[in-house]
Amino acid sequence: MTDATLSLHEKDRSQMPIEYSTEEGDLRIVGFWIFLAAELVLFGTLFGTYLVLQSHTAGGPTAKDLFEIGPVMAETIVLLVSSFTCGLSTIELRRHNKRGLIGWLLVTILLGLVFVGLEVNEFYTYAVHEGAPLSRSAFLSGFFVLLGTHGCHVSLGIVWIIGILLQLGKRGITPVTARKAFMAGLYWHFLDVVWIFIFTAVYLTGWVI
Amino acid sequence: MNGTQKQLKAGFPWKQVIGLILSLTLTFLALWIAVGLSLPVHVTIAIIVSLAIFQAFIQLFMFMHVTEGTEPVHQLMGILFGIYVAFTVVAGTLWILAYAL
Repeated sequence: MTDATLSLHEKDRSQMPIEYSTEEGDLRIVGFWIFLAAELVLFGTLFGTYLVLQSHTAGGPTAKDLFEIGPVMAETIVLLVSSFTCGLSTIELRRHNKRGLIGWLLVTILLGLVFVGLEVNEFYTYAVHEGAPLSRSAFLSGFFVLLGTHGCHVSLGIVWIIGILLQLGKRGITPVTARKAFMAGLYWHFLDVVWIFIFTAVYLTGWVI
Repeated sequence: MNGTQKQLKAGFPWKQVIGLILSLTLTFLALWIAVGLSLPVHVTIAIIVSLAIFQAFIQLFMFMHVTEGTEPVHQLMGILFGIYVAFTVVAGTLWILAYAL
């Protein structure tokens, strides 16, 4: 019964990448996936709300009036590339290359900051210059809540990765810091997945309908 | 820390580069289908949603290593259940509130 939780012998575990090298790290990563599944449900409810309210513009600006291709594509490309650089950081982690890991994580959070800046600028333009704040219509409430929740997640991810960078600088790549860096990477890719659906369900659909 | 864990060999990160190129291609393809073509609305939406799902799977398999781990079946079941609930919420909400009323 000793191997009941995860049927893996210590010898086999040593063949795994470092973030899986302790049973605790292994279990925490599985737990993090469960958290991401719950996040998926959270965003699912917000998508459902937005899609129903999309047409309820109360005589105010519509999706077509507001959304512009340039800024939206800039946000999308920045986030896609940051997901790529985050993937490179996981590779450096598995090569036990501390400098490479820290470097790519820095690039990732810089791109994350650019994304948040672009999104804040977009929100500001809508709310102040276009007369389309959150309270203007049900469509805009749904829009700001869905995109605001995603933007908050990205901002939180930036703060989290900064914390991990400090730990990596201090302690180097250990089974614990490796597991944390890997989980932050999962979180970052997950936010990119959510953005793919925001891009499709909010912006592209807004231009089509 | 012990140094016995498997270390990745140096090499070009093909998986990541292909993932990035595919993501960018699918993004611009979806933009072109939505804005550049004027297909019927429901056809356009069906295509762009399929492209988004395809792109999400690229992230999941090429960047997030969803099939890795000591027993990946645990995280796969979790994430599949999450996808199932999220899909049911979105599809059910639209069905009831947008089309059935």
